[in-house]
Amino acid sequence: MGDKTDVWQGTLALMVLRTLESMGPQHGYGLARRIEQTSGDLLQLNYGTLYPALLKLEQEGYIKSSWGTSENNRKAKFYDLTKAGHRQLKRAAAEWEQTTAILARFLTPAEEA
Amino acid sequence: MRKLRAFVVRFSAIFRTMRKREDEFAAEIESHVALHADEGMSAGLSAEEARRQALVRLGGVEQTRQRHRERRTLPWLECLMQDTCHGLRMMALNAGFTATAVLTLAIGIGASTAIFSAVKPILIVALPFPQASRLMMLWEARKDGAPMAVTFGSFHGLSERNHSFEALAAYKPWQPAASSTSDGDRPERIQGQRVSADFFRVLNVSPQLGRNFQASDDVFRGPNVAILSDRLWRRRFGADVAIVGRQVRLDDTLFTVVGVMPASFENVLSTSAEIWAPLQYNPALPYDGREWGHHLRIIGRLKAGISAQRAGNDLNVILHGLAQTYVNGYNNSGGPPDFILVHPLQHDLTQGVRPALLAVLGAVMLVLLIAGVNVANLLLVRGSQRSAEFAMRAALGAPRGRLARQLLTESLLLAMLGGVLGVVVAEAGARALVLLSPPGLPRLHAISVDRGVFVFAFLLTTFIGIAVGLVSNWQASRSDLQSGIRQGSGRATGSRQWMRRTLVVTEVSLAAVLLVSAGLLLRSMRRLFAVDPGFDPSNLITMQVQESGHRYESDAARLQFFHQVLDTVRNLPGVVSAGFTSQLPMGGGDQDVYGIQFENDNNPLGDSAYRYAVRPGYLEAMRIPLRRGRALNERDSVGAPVAVLISQSLADRKFAGKDPIGQHVRLGADAGHADRPWATIVGVVGNVRQESLAVVDQDAFYVTTEQWAWSDAVQSIVVRTREGIAPASLAPAIQQAIWSVDRDRPVDRVATMDALVAATEVQRRFVLILFEAFGLVALVLAAIGIYGILAGSVAERTREIGVRAALGATRGDLLALVLRQGMTMTAIGLVVGLMAALAAGRALSTMLFGISWLDRITYLCATLLLFVVAMVACLIPARRAASIDPMEALRNE
Repeated sequence: MGDKTDVWQGTLALMVLRTLESMGPQHGYGLARRIEQTSGDLLQLNYGTLYPALLKLEQEGYIKSSWGTSENNRKAKFYDLTKAGHRQLKRAAAEWEQTTAILARFLTPAEEA
Repeated sequence: MRKLRAFVVRFSAIFRTMRKREDEFAAEIESHVALHADEGMSAGLSAEEARRQALVRLGGVEQTRQRHRERRTLPWLECLMQDTCHGLRMMALNAGFTATAVLTLAIGIGASTAIFSAVKPILIVALPFPQASRLMMLWEARKDGAPMAVTFGSFHGLSERNHSFEALAAYKPWQPAASSTSDGDRPERIQGQRVSADFFRVLNVSPQLGRNFQASDDVFRGPNVAILSDRLWRRRFGADVAIVGRQVRLDDTLFTVVGVMPASFENVLSTSAEIWAPLQYNPALPYDGREWGHHLRIIGRLKAGISAQRAGNDLNVILHGLAQTYVNGYNNSGGPPDFILVHPLQHDLTQGVRPALLAVLGAVMLVLLIAGVNVANLLLVRGSQRSAEFAMRAALGAPRGRLARQLLTESLLLAMLGGVLGVVVAEAGARALVLLSPPGLPRLHAISVDRGVFVFAFLLTTFIGIAVGLVSNWQASRSDLQSGIRQGSGRATGSRQWMRRTLVVTEVSLAAVLLVSAGLLLRSMRRLFAVDPGFDPSNLITMQVQESGHRYESDAARLQFFHQVLDTVRNLPGVVSAGFTSQLPMGGGDQDVYGIQFENDNNPLGDSAYRYAVRPGYLEAMRIPLRRGRALNERDSVGAPVAVLISQSLADRKFAGKDPIGQHVRLGADAGHADRPWATIVGVVGNVRQESLAVVDQDAFYVTTEQWAWSDAVQSIVVRTREGIAPASLAPAIQQAIWSVDRDRPVDRVATMDALVAATEVQRRFVLILFEAFGLVALVLAAIGIYGILAGSVAERTREIGVRAALGATRGDLLALVLRQGMTMTAIGLVVGLMAALAAGRALSTMLFGISWLDRITYLCATLLLFVVAMVACLIPARRAASIDPMEALRNE
């Protein structure tokens, strides 16, 4: 992941949900920027891939969208978490933590051996 | 769950207006780019540069929109719908092609479904009883192996001693008369069966009301109890639940109703039976009683794990023991049988119709095959007409897979449409089959287009659809783009016609098979109805009159009744002559056969012959010719020496060259008993076909009603009407005449003699009608096939034909060119077809009459017919080719 590649779908969805939870309603561009910032600019999104991911989340009922106005007065579509989205975030985060914890046991140098 | 939600959203998005969603997303992208550019500009970039970088990071507006679009709906489904819509549009544009293909499929699928519906309950599905495979039918048989009805003596012994069956049951037909209960209510004859106590236990069905028969019911001179069918219970007793325990009057005797069978009980042994009573034979087995008559049918339920073969061996061992115990009884019924046959019940019930049904099934499969070939052919013609369209679409970038899918979708659409319409045809066909079917067909009301048959039809449809689709795909994939586009400009490609020609040849040959088969059956039918039955069936009306109750226990009363009825009937206007008889030739059902022993004959047991106990006047009414001696008359009565007429066949065989008049015979129960008196032959009459036109079984003897040992409970009256008067029109008057003598006499089976004769051949007629219909369909389909390919070929070769015309080919040359092409296909198809027809004719040979399966005239006529029809089908496109104007044809280029 060091070479700033695309993010794969499942992870991206989790990032979107987490970002929306911490920031509240956000438009697509804002979300993309925020994800990049949070990753410490290690991730560089192809912004075009964000929109199908958003559409998928919306179709699944985890987020909803509505048109609004940005800080600098531009019309933009804002996304927000739904209740199901909150639940899904908790579930997915827990799963992901478990996965990384398991992987970590394999990848950290064995101390006892 | 969430996946499902997404699916539903995407699915429904297909049907929303595209434009609005597109616009909305365009606005969102625009806002994204603007927001990004704003940030770039605030970092000091120029407006253009900021926007350019924003677009680069987005990865292109169009690409993003495409990705979004794919996620928005279900692309594969959308594709399918586009294909479907396009397919439907193309089909609508070519209504002629579509109609032909769909109709062809519908006929093929519908006909095969209807036939399969009829065959399924009869030959394939198990009988509607628990563990039906364990139900067996038992017959006695002599060395020749022909099944023979069983005596009560054998039944009694076998059911007591065997270890192979859970239970055995005997039954015989019974037709009690239910007397009129009130004025205006006509006496009714009810169809029923006398059964042994275990009858319903063998079938494993129980009454819905009341109780089953038990052993104490079926004892000699036992109680008069009856079980009703659900149908009779509803019809005559208004579904009264308090019926059990009530009494009903049958044949002037009171019977107590003990039970009612459920509506679901399907009595395959006698579909018309509506009432059952116990058999009540004498278990003491008096050797001269009815206990030793061969008139019972036996069914049995095998014990689990016992084969029919083993059961048969078991029964044969017992039979030999019985034969030694009851020597007198068996001798009285023509000697003990040699063995017992154990047949699976279903096989026994269906064996009469099996060859006919299998023949029809085979024929309908040929029709289905022709239909499939025809549709494939039509699609191929369409495919080549549309190769330009496909080449264009391929050139515009449509991937090959997408084109193939389009073709497949269209074929499937056709198949589906054909299938739906086919089910309609099947429904109508199944109904027509039930109407047309011979009366002997078992399980008739079980014939319906059921779910299984529907699935059968549907699978057939999709299979044909895919097969045909693949054929045309295969053809499309062989044509490369260039030649495709070029072909659109009207140039012919000869090699591609190879497939279509093969298909047409196949169609012609299949049609030839069906035509020859139908022809063989038709000629058999002609031969059959040209047979002289030995009497004159025209202008004859017959009906059965039944003895009703105890009123006629004295013979004098009986004779009185006959005299009065005949007097009344003979005086009706339009009546020429009338007579009573104990049975009618071709009356259907079991005919009466009795022994006849000739004096000075070395066979002490005698021969068996059809027995007619008649009123003088019967032979005259039937116009059965008297060959020698005298006819029966009123003086051949009680007290006078017994006078007998014998058939010419008996006279020829027994008295070759000698005069039979004055010779002596013993009849019926007297035959073979030296202590009984002789009767005298007074005349010889012409032979009569007894069972049907096809069966030569003519030995018969005639005595008067009074001189036969007993009088028959059921008699038929035969009335000859004057020429020009429809015999059926006199039926009501004759009925009234009978009722004017005794209003409690049930009268039924009113039929003209012509109808009775026709009824004996109804199964043959049934098969013939179906073969004729299938043959006709095959002929029309083959003609359409030939026409289609030639019309297509002429259209494609317009330019070539134009050049030929320009170079001096005459109209005749051009006609011959196209005709030659068509008739070559026909000739090849005929050669193949006639060879196949030989095999089909051979398979049909058991159903033929009076002709061989090699009958030359049939083969010749079928060939001629196909040739003429093919010629007509060729002529239309040939004339079009001949009338092509060279200037016009070449200018088209």
